[in-house]
Amino acid sequence: MNIENLTICTAAEGLRKRAFSSVELTQGVLDAIQQKDGQINAYLTVDAEGALKQATAADAARFAGQDGDLLGIPIAIKDIINVEGQPCTCASKMLEGYVSPYDATVAARLRSAGAVFAGRTNMDEFAMGSSTENSAFKSTCNPHDLSRVPGGSSGGSAAAIAAGTALAALGTDTGGSIRQPASFCGCVGLKPSYGRVSRYGVTAYASSLDQVGPMTKTVEDAAILLQALAGVDAHDGTTSPAEVPDYRAALAGGLKGLRIGLPKEYFIDGTDPEVMVHIRKAIDDCAKAGAEIVDVSLPHTEYATAVYYIIATAEASANLARFDGVRYGHRTAAPESVFDLYAKSRAEGFGTEVKRRIILGTYVLSSGYYDAYYGRAQKARTLIRQDFTTAFKQCDVLLTPVAPTAAYKRGEATDDPLKMYLGDIFTVPANLGGLCALSVPCGMTHDRLPVGLQLLGPAFGEPTLLRVGAGYERLRS
Amino acid sequence: MKYLTTIGLETHVQLKTATKMFCSCSLKFGEEPNTNICPVCLGYPGALPVANREAIKLTVLSGLMLGCTINKHSTFDRKNYFYPDMAKDYQITQNTHPLCLGGGITIQTPNGPKLIRINHIHLEEDAAKINHYGQFSGVDYNRGGTPLMEIVSEPDLSSQDEAMAYLQALKQILVYAGVSDCNLEEGNMRSDVNVSIRPEGQTTLGTKVEIKNMNTFKGIYAAATYEIARQTYALTHGKALVQETRRWDPDANETQSMRSKENAHDYRYFPEPDLVPIALSDEQIAEWRSSLPELPSARRIRMMEEYGIPEYDAGVLADARENADFFEATARLCEKQLGKIVSNWFMVEVMRLLSETGKAIGACALTPAALAELITLADQRVINGPTAKELLPELFEKGGMPKALVEARGLGQVSDTSALEAFVQQAIASNPKSVEDYKAGKKAAAGYFVGQVMKLSKGKADPKLVGELVARALEQ
Ligand SMILES: [Zn+2]
Repeated sequence: MNIENLTICTAAEGLRKRAFSSVELTQGVLDAIQQKDGQINAYLTVDAEGALKQATAADAARFAGQDGDLLGIPIAIKDIINVEGQPCTCASKMLEGYVSPYDATVAARLRSAGAVFAGRTNMDEFAMGSSTENSAFKSTCNPHDLSRVPGGSSGGSAAAIAAGTALAALGTDTGGSIRQPASFCGCVGLKPSYGRVSRYGVTAYASSLDQVGPMTKTVEDAAILLQALAGVDAHDGTTSPAEVPDYRAALAGGLKGLRIGLPKEYFIDGTDPEVMVHIRKAIDDCAKAGAEIVDVSLPHTEYATAVYYIIATAEASANLARFDGVRYGHRTAAPESVFDLYAKSRAEGFGTEVKRRIILGTYVLSSGYYDAYYGRAQKARTLIRQDFTTAFKQCDVLLTPVAPTAAYKRGEATDDPLKMYLGDIFTVPANLGGLCALSVPCGMTHDRLPVGLQLLGPAFGEPTLLRVGAGYERLRS
Repeated sequence: MKYLTTIGLETHVQLKTATKMFCSCSLKFGEEPNTNICPVCLGYPGALPVANREAIKLTVLSGLMLGCTINKHSTFDRKNYFYPDMAKDYQITQNTHPLCLGGGITIQTPNGPKLIRINHIHLEEDAAKINHYGQFSGVDYNRGGTPLMEIVSEPDLSSQDEAMAYLQALKQILVYAGVSDCNLEEGNMRSDVNVSIRPEGQTTLGTKVEIKNMNTFKGIYAAATYEIARQTYALTHGKALVQETRRWDPDANETQSMRSKENAHDYRYFPEPDLVPIALSDEQIAEWRSSLPELPSARRIRMMEEYGIPEYDAGVLADARENADFFEATARLCEKQLGKIVSNWFMVEVMRLLSETGKAIGACALTPAALAELITLADQRVINGPTAKELLPELFEKGGMPKALVEARGLGQVSDTSALEAFVQQAIASNPKSVEDYKAGKKAAAGYFVGQVMKLSKGKADPKLVGELVARALEQ
């Protein structure tokens, strides 16, 4: 069967009406991957047998009277999320051949909701990068233009959705890794508030910034997936005990009466004018639909990228220390000593960008430099948070571009890491602030490349965020 | 020139929790290597730590016992270093905001009591154990992630004897509080020993040498003694000392250099982002405080007053919480004035059985109720002293209650005057020589008749009553 135009919602409807079974649906996804992924390279591994087994079980459960929004629905998983018995390479040679011994909490929750694990998607190595070109195994193409990048680091998940080889996927977002590829590939990407979704079993890049979130075709699908993922987890002390609201129920509200803030620091020279045209149009559409547009200021925005690259790399330098060749992962062939084992295993196992960030993070934590870098970055982070607190007194959500450009050519950013870092300018503040953030498609450039707009909400403000996203989405259709 | 010694101790104590510091793996000692492990304590990708609430409580209890200030807001940090004993290649510890600050322990010295101040107590996870097998080494992660509390003293100790007194006192308090077993053989209590010496009159401390990871008191004493001698020799021979870390080699009986300060690690501490800060309310701390056991020194004084026992007895009993608990439970079941008698029984008879069998009081079958009943039976002269002492080993071995045994075996003492008088007459009649001795002024001969009567009564006679009857009969 053709799954290209199916969403979680429409597929669930088909399953409920017995128009098709989960096995047929899953086979449809596997066939689509077979046909198209040779060109796109969105997937690293596909466990067809395991997926069909899960689908069979889902069909049996449905036959026995069970139902659920995700029962029998195939979901693609970014290769950084541990699923018991499956590889979890983080697109790194370091973890080539590694088989995970346990389920991440998000995987366990999808499993108990009856979802099918459709395949593991490509990414920038250890989620470090914005183009999915930093994968040790292959680089993923943007389905809208194969010469362009899909964004990153969750580029495989976004490209699979855009190519019609996945209905929906999980991504992770540390500084924009869900939202920017969603924008580049024309899909919806939601970074939940920090603490809303468990990080247990998600290989850590930067612990105080990482969040797992849905990547989907519609805002409603994002709400459905978030519903399954969200909530306190005994294995992750940073998850919030705050009650999980009914996200789908929040979608109907519409835009009328909501205040949308435009932070002036996000509307700057340097953003592609074509991107700005679509953002301005979206703002006008929201205003016409009854939203109140408010000008706000986030004065410390200019420090966000620097703060992000200090905090994220500092945490990463410790988080990635465990990849030492001792217990699992790549081990060098003939080490002369234990320290030689570490040095060579890590030199051989990690790619250039990962090494660059580990070195940067090690440096900013070093004695004599800590106060000047890490210490000051923490203080600046507090100021950035306070900016958001102040802004959200004046508005319900903020609206900004996701990225300064649409998808760029492959190879364009790999030679200049700083240029790639600056592409994160609009997305990293949400992670620093622990906010929830949504990327929604808002138009196509003349080159037929998608453009996304970003909505930012206060921590645990997902219901309003999704309501605005869904309201805007309805305006466009 | 005279040199003064300064010693500071950093003592790592394994907390008595059922599970590890950041995961739910069991902490049984002596299991097969790598059986108590999980993705968290093996540092698998994606695994996250969750702080053990019981370990936090035990650390706070220790702090309260040692007079520390409890930090209501404390945090964890990462200490980064590469070594196979640390699965994540960083240790979760508390660097900037430890759970407990200040406090101290008073030790006895030849010059009187002395307060040894504590700088702080922090909570952390233990490293795994590395075993060397000739051509290769193996890592046993069973120990990895064990909750450890590190008690850091100020450099207030002026000799290896004071160091011993401090460690003994610390161990006693922690065992008392039920915080740790402080089992040295199992590595429950390990210390880093900082030693420096300086010429008398110099106010600044001398060059500090740290001896790492000492797990016996004897070793600490020997290492400190060696180090003081080594440093004194160096200074008296005009040699410079370097700030360094050394290890103790018990076979060579010497310390050996591990690394100098120049080669010290840069641990790149930073706040642990996977763990939220520990927030303790006043109510929580008060609740824990109310559950604290009495300190041995306070208990000694109270027991002296409450049971009228001598200071020596109170001191010996208070030394071990189990013994003091047993004594008090027994004494409370007896008449109030029997305190001293209970303490005699415990200190002489029970402790002899404990040392003979090598058992702890908790491991034998004797209960406070049985001992109290036995002492009461003897006091009420239902049985005599020797009978009571004979019954004790059986109660100690097999348990049971003495009254039942006395009744079943007819061990009750004979206080029937007419029956005893018959024995007295019999004894006098068959020993005319001793009667003459007595009458000739050898009053001690009375004791001989008492012994004879006891024998005739098969040991069941009330010795006091027999004494009276014998005296009366001889005087006639
Ligand atoms: Zn464990």
